[in-house]
This record gives sequence, C-alpha cells and structure tokens, in this order.
Amino acid sequence: MKKIALAKIDSLLEAISKDMNLFAPVDNKSTVNYAEWKSGDVAVFDKMTVRSAKDAFFPQCENMSKFSRDQDNKIIIDKLETCDKDFVVMGVRGCDIKAIAVLDKVFLSEPVDTFYAARRDHSILISLSCSKPEETCFCTTFGIDPAQPKGDVEMYIVSDYAYFNTVTAKGEKLISSLNNLLENAKDSDIDSAKVATRDIMCKLPLHDVTTDGWGAGVLEEMFNRPEWEQLSSSCIGCGTCTYVCPTCQCYDIRDYNGSNGVTRYRCWDSCMKSDFTMMAHGNNRTTQLQRFRQRFMHKLVYSPANNDGEFSCVGCGRCVAKCPVSMNIVKVIKTMGGEKL
Amino acid sequence: MQGLEKKIKDRASELLQSGAVDGIIGWEKGQFEYDPTPAVFTKETGLDNLCYNNFCGANLSKYLVGKITSDKKFAVLLKPCDTYSMNQLITEHRVNRSNIYIIGIGCNGHLNVEKIKAQGISGITAVSASDDHVNISTIYGDSKLAKKEILLGKCEVCRGNVHVIFDELIGEELQTPKPDDRFEMVAKLEAMTAEERFKFWQGELSRCIRCNACRNACPACTCRVCVFDNGRSGIEAKANASEFEEQMFHIIRAFHVAARCTDCGECSRVCPENIPLHLLNRKYVKDINEFYGDYQAGDIAEQRNPLVNFGDDDIEPTTVSDKGGQK
Ligand code: SF4
Ligand code: SF4
Ligand code: SF4
Ligand code: SF4
Repeated sequence: MKKIALAKIDSLLEAISKDMNLFAPVDNKSTVNYAEWKSGDVAVFDKMTVRSAKDAFFPQCENMSKFSRDQDNKIIIDKLETCDKDFVVMGVRGCDIKAIAVLDKVFLSEPVDTFYAARRDHSILISLSCSKPEETCFCTTFGIDPAQPKGDVEMYIVSDYAYFNTVTAKGEKLISSLNNLLENAKDSDIDSAKVATRDIMCKLPLHDVTTDGWGAGVLEEMFNRPEWEQLSSSCIGCGTCTYVCPTCQCYDIRDYNGSNGVTRYRCWDSCMKSDFTMMAHGNNRTTQLQRFRQRFMHKLVYSPANNDGEFSCVGCGRCVAKCPVSMNIVKVIKTMGGEKL
Repeated sequence: MQGLEKKIKDRASELLQSGAVDGIIGWEKGQFEYDPTPAVFTKETGLDNLCYNNFCGANLSKYLVGKITSDKKFAVLLKPCDTYSMNQLITEHRVNRSNIYIIGIGCNGHLNVEKIKAQGISGITAVSASDDHVNISTIYGDSKLAKKEILLGKCEVCRGNVHVIFDELIGEELQTPKPDDRFEMVAKLEAMTAEERFKFWQGELSRCIRCNACRNACPACTCRVCVFDNGRSGIEAKANASEFEEQMFHIIRAFHVAARCTDCGECSRVCPENIPLHLLNRKYVKDINEFYGDYQAGDIAEQRNPLVNFGDDDIEPTTVSDKGGQK
C-alpha cells in the first residue's frame, strides 16, 4: 500500500501523463466528465461523472477506415491504426468497473472488435473506492461492492490522502515507476473507510431496489406487461439515458463522403431514437413504447438470458440523475418487479 | 404547495369521474422529492401519485403534440410560462385545441436540483421549501439554501403569473419570483469580440453529446421527422463528427425556432451537460425585439410572427448587416 497527500495529487497526475495519456474525471465548471487530463486541469474524485468510463474504450465517435482513389482511379482502402500506446484510466468506480466487464463480453467475444480490444489491452485501470455515494446509486442491487472495486490498481481516498493498492502486474509496473512520489502506508489504513462506505450504502434511498421478478426466463411475461404503455408515455425519446449509460453498447457505422474520399466511422446509437436500426423497408420499432421497452428488456431480461444471469445495468444511477423527465430504470424495475412503487 | 396539490387532485378526480376528459396530463411523484415525471392519468386510482411540488419545471404542453390524432380529450396542467407554448402550438396547428382542457395552475417558481448538487450536496433524501428558503436533508447532513440561488434558469427571468390561455385556473394567486434582467447575459455575449464569443460557445458546445434532449423537449421543435434524423436529408447525424458540426446542429435549431421560441427554458433545463442553450434562442428574441418592436411568441394564439409577416417598415437586411447587427 502506498499513499500521497491529496494536496500533492497533481504531481502524481503530472508524472503519469508525462509518458502516457491519462484519462480522469475532470471538472469543466458546469459538469464533471472523463477527459484526457492535462496540466492545469482539476481532477475530481468525489463527484459522479456525467458520462462514464466507457468513453475510454468505446468513444462516441471513431474513424474505422478510409477509401480513396489513386492516380489510376483504383480504390485504395486505408485501415486506420488501432490503439498502440499504453494509457491510464483513473478514478473508475465500482459500477463502471463492472460495466467494463459487461462491455468485454460483447466486444471481446467472437468476432472480436479490434478497436475496443486494442484499447482494453493497452489500458491500465485505477479503480476508485466510493467515499460519498449519491442518492441515485444502487450498484449493490447488482452485487457490486463500491468500497473495493477491482482495477489494476485500487485507489482509496481517506481524509487527506489518496492510497494505492496494486493488484496486477500492470498496476505494479505503473506504481513502481511513481515510487519517488509515493510514501509507504499500511494495508489497514483504509479499513475503516471501507466499512464506512458499506454502511452508507445501506442508508441510501435506493438500497432496497431488487431485481426480483426480472432476469432470464420471463421474456414473454415481461414483454407483454401492460405497464409499458404508462411508463413509456413520459419518455421523450431523447437517448440521454443510453449515452450516459456505462453499459449501453449500440453503435451505427456510416460513411462520410468528403472531397478526398470516403471516411467510414462509427458512432454511438440509441435504441430510444426513431432512426435506430433503420432498414430499407423502414424501422422495425415504430412506437416509443417499443423503443422504450427494448432498452429495459435488454438490460433486465435479454442480457441475463444470454449471459448466465448477468444483468446489463450496474446501478450507476446516471440515467436516474439525467433523464430530462425523470423516467428511469429504477422506476421500471419497481413498477413491474417484485417491489411496487 | 400541498394545499394546491390537493385542490388539483380533487379537480382531476372530478374531471375523470364525470367523463369530461379521458386523461389528465400532470406530474407523477418520483422516488426523491426532486424527480416527478410527466405522466398521463387515466384512472382515478392513479391520482394518488399526482404531484405538484417545487420540482415540476417540465413543460407539459409538448405531450399534446402526440395526441393530435387522438379522439380522446385530455386535461393538461400548465404553469404560466407553459401557456405561451400552448398558444404557440395552437398557432402552428400542432395540437387539437378542441380536445384539450387547459388547467392553469399557480406557480411560485421551480427549483433546479443540478444547482443544489453543484453546491456539493449529495445523498438527498428530502427537500422542503418555504417562501425564500429551501431545507435539504441528505444522508450526510442537512443544508439550508436561499431559494433564489437554486431556481430553474427560466424562473429567474419569469414573465409573471398570468396564464395567457386556460379553461380554468387553480391557485393562480401564487406569486411568481421577481425576475432578473432576461437579456443581461445575451448583452454580455454581444459585447464580446467575435473570437471571445467563439471561444465561449466552443467551450460550452464541445460538451454536447447529441442526445437531442434539447430538441425533443422543445415545444417549438415539432417536425414529424427532424432533418437531423432523416437518412435522406444528407445531414443526418447521430454524433458530432467535429466541433463544426456540433455548432451547426445548435445554430440551425436556433434559427428554426426563431420567433417561435417562447423562451420557455426547456432546452437548458433538460441538457445533461448543463449547456446554456437558451442563450442562443434568447439572442434571436432580443434581435427580434430590437428590429421589429417588442414581440413575445405565444402571448396570443393565432398571431403571425414578425419573421413571416411582411410589413413596409420592416428593417432592411442590408441595414442589419451594414451595422453589424445593430438597428
Ligand atoms: S427514458 Fe428519459 S433519458 Fe431515456 S430516452 Fe426516454 S426521456 Fe430520454
Ligand atoms: S441503465 Fe442507468 S443505472 Fe443502469 S448502468 Fe445504465 S445508466 Fe447506470
Ligand atoms: S418561469 Fe415562472 S411560471 Fe414558469 S415555472 Fe418558472 S416561475 Fe413558474
Ligand atoms: S441536450 Fe445538451 S447534450 Fe443533448 S443534444 Fe442538446 S445540447 Fe447536446
């Protein structure tokens, strides 16, 4: 276990970012978002980011290949490079750590997504133990322990210090390169903080949300429930919930036809949107009820059915905090699941 | 507020029971004090959850656009500011007035939970407001904030407690907050150099995630298929491919709602990245006031706005450009 005074944490960030890109929650005055940390930026570890850590592996928009013509009018295909440099993602909370495991199942199973896989291979994760969970958090519903999330390095903030516990060889390498900035600490220094976090979790207003009634095997029943109509009637189909969600994984691939050829890119897509999976014959989900139902059925029924019972919600609460009309997965879970609102 | 909520519930129950309306569009109680959800109540039993508290900022008028082809009749709860949007929707034939029963409800300003959280307050378990103060209980302790500091942006510049259209009123005696100068920030932006202004907007808009919440919540954005969602338009976009594009989306949207935007504040209220989008629209409102005389979209139903109403004394476009935008 190592530690550094919080007052000096910038020197640590400075040292990491000298050799590698450092992705961390950065304060941009009106919101906190993950961004490449640069000298002078303020890293914030006690506030939930609007967007999640998935941006580091699965950015909202990325170019995949380029097509152009040479002098003889032959088509040239440029496959764009995948990530080939190590980078650090710092301050990843328990919910987002679990979310990466959810994304891994999708992007790393055959056929492997090479862009995602390259970023995962080159990333060093510094997880963060939550010290001030918010009222929107309900990660414990999904069996997550926010007091000790697993990264290559675990980070704990206790009073005026940040503590670092190395877990993997990658993490060990990073922390030993920073040795001159870090002091030695005892493993037991963080014990009381962990207990405190677990205590707080039991006091949060959403701590008793249960997934009873959801999961594999209830497809027909849940799909046809009449409550979808009432719930979806509030939804304005904006897609905020899907874009801030750490496990939402849908994307669209498009060609941008510019004067110097064609760039093929992909960008996030959202099942909440009217043009999602548009095909030649039109769209197969034509009402907001169908789109709305898709998002929650995916997280709470289809995912567990295909992934040994694993839900694809991690209880981060971002959609709870950010939906413009305050409709969200907790309201859906409670309305149709075991516990009634 | 609780007395008012009770009155609204009672009236809603009467309306449903008598069959005068088939549904009531209102707000449904959430899990915290600050998250009521717009909802349609069709059964009296559901009315227990109807709520009207300090966090009912959402403008419900747009929910009627989707009901235009319905043969059912809906009552809708509208705050004073929301009634301007309703008039504008009627003007544009985007709602069916004969199937709408408007209940104008009193308002003393709504709160913005983002502003509460920006003070470092989290773990909120209860919120209660008096005339000028708001008490917030959290699992980490209690705080007391001045109500003025945490009002929704639109309520800071409220146009007053007059409902410009209604079928009946409940609680209209409530006093809306004293407004600040609505154009102060626009004037500040106008006073900047072009470079400073560009930097300001780049800083704000670069956070945009193109969720389109601003557009989808906007009561003036009622195109059946938005040009940005239409694969055949050639400019469909699901993400901002560049910083240029994110500006295009917002500027095109602002132009499209110019003189139709009632300045209801929904765009900025719903933005998950807290981008002050209303400032773009408010710039057009200010320009229109200066070029054509004071104009408020939606204050009268069926009026023609200055941009579609040619008059002999209209300002010449060349005058505007010669003077760098000054009349
Ligand atoms: S649930 Fe909320 S955030 Fe998600 S699409 Fe609907 S309105 Fe937008
Ligand atoms: S569905 Fe909502 S709470 Fe669940 S992981 Fe996604 S954003 Fe978080
Ligand atoms: S702008 Fe005025 S009328 Fe509208 S919600 Fe705010 S205080 Fe109420
Ligand atoms: S609501 Fe905000 S983030 Fe979403 S599209 Fe509009 S400006 Fe962008």
